[in-house]
Amino acid sequence: MFKLLKYALYDILKSRFAIIYTVFLALVAISIYQVSDDLSKVSLSLMNIMILFIPLISAVFATTHFYNNLEFIELMLAQPVKRIHVFLSQLLAVVIMLSLSILLGFGLPMLLWGADSSLITLLVVGVVLSSVFAGFAFLASVLTRDKAKAIGISLALWIYFSLVYDGLVLYIIYSFADYPLEKATLALVMLNPVDLGRILMLMQLDISALMGYTGAFFQQFFSSGSGIFIATFALLIWMLVPNYLATRIFRKRDF
Amino acid sequence: MISVHNISKKFGKLQVLNEFNLEFELGNSYALMGPNGSGKTTLIKTILGMVIPDSGDIRVGNQSIKGDVSYRKQIGYMPQIGHYPANIKIGQLFSMMKDMRPEIKKYDLELVEAYGLEEMKDKAMGTLSGGTRQKVSAALAFLFHPSILILDEPTAGLDPIAVEVLKAKIKKERDQGKLILITSHILSDLEELTNRAIYIYEGEVFFSNTIEELKEITGESKFSPAIAKLMEWTLKKKSKKTILNHV
Repeated sequence: MFKLLKYALYDILKSRFAIIYTVFLALVAISIYQVSDDLSKVSLSLMNIMILFIPLISAVFATTHFYNNLEFIELMLAQPVKRIHVFLSQLLAVVIMLSLSILLGFGLPMLLWGADSSLITLLVVGVVLSSVFAGFAFLASVLTRDKAKAIGISLALWIYFSLVYDGLVLYIIYSFADYPLEKATLALVMLNPVDLGRILMLMQLDISALMGYTGAFFQQFFSSGSGIFIATFALLIWMLVPNYLATRIFRKRDF
Repeated sequence: MISVHNISKKFGKLQVLNEFNLEFELGNSYALMGPNGSGKTTLIKTILGMVIPDSGDIRVGNQSIKGDVSYRKQIGYMPQIGHYPANIKIGQLFSMMKDMRPEIKKYDLELVEAYGLEEMKDKAMGTLSGGTRQKVSAALAFLFHPSILILDEPTAGLDPIAVEVLKAKIKKERDQGKLILITSHILSDLEELTNRAIYIYEGEVFFSNTIEELKEITGESKFSPAIAKLMEWTLKKKSKKTILNHV
């Protein structure tokens, strides 16, 4: 397993994509730090960019990576190694690479110009979202035999969770505006990893005061011990379930 | 050594292997033949565990291959078309494969030397020609002194000199009492290298016996006409089937 991971990591960290992605993230962070001195404004701007782009890049990169490495995977399957190890090594290599890029690209400017708790949360949310969407991408990849179809599924999931889902939530809130909706919205938030990440971030900032009664309710929920536990648990499920399903399908796949 | 027992495999609606039974013994070399799409490669991939059968059991050395991977240490496999990562260099590929089998310390470098792969070890796999890639596949298959050799169209794409080198190597291993399984459409190669013939047709074993027996049954004294006759028979069997269907 560690040998396989070593070779997969060696291959992926050497790739041009890893370097470009890190430099891109670093440039974004540096330019935002240059514009404002206020750390909460910095983390808000960084969050808006991160929430949109990191899932997209993770999903597309993980899908293309799986298909580009299909040959390597086939080669390994004829060797005396376990299938599950072959798959997990590829998955872990992708997650490690995406996380390292975020930690370096966002983390180095933070070391230079300072960070607060919201920026640390930002890094954690970034790593979590990367693994969630890498999981979706690997699931899409093992479900089909066609690279274009797999990328299509990954993109559809990204559009759904980043754009469509918020529209649906807003529609529900407006339609049922006469009823108390705090708990319902909280449940809806749990069903979307992107929203969950966003709200965990917002709760670290003062602007939650602007969100009215629901905002106050969220603030209370996410600052309580059980609230944080539930949110972390929900994110863990979002990280593990797609990856688990993908592993199960991979074990039965034909090559 | 390898026993394939009641294997069935469907790809979508296509029944590729149908209640398939075969025995492969150590010390024999088998020619696996059949028209395109008859299930040869699928059978090989099932033995290697790359394709998982819908039902049935495969045993390698009296141990079921289900949930077991260590049996692959005994197998040297040369694929029909070698797929390798494009960025990896020849030298790295070899050290990686050695790393996968840390307990094997003695390597069989005859083919590596004969094909001059050592001098090319800094070339990336993606830049190699099809023939050179086949040479790499062949060298890898023999590298760990495996007791079972599975060669899927080993001579396709190789130049005549390389083919002769490979055939000499196969003969040498055969005479050492290894189990060799070869698929090919080049009958002269098969006649030279194997002593038993297996003919697969539409996912079923149509013939499996020694080559002498094959010649006797078909009444031909040479290998190629004997196989041709076998193919004719399979076609007749098919036409009979269609007539029966109409009735």
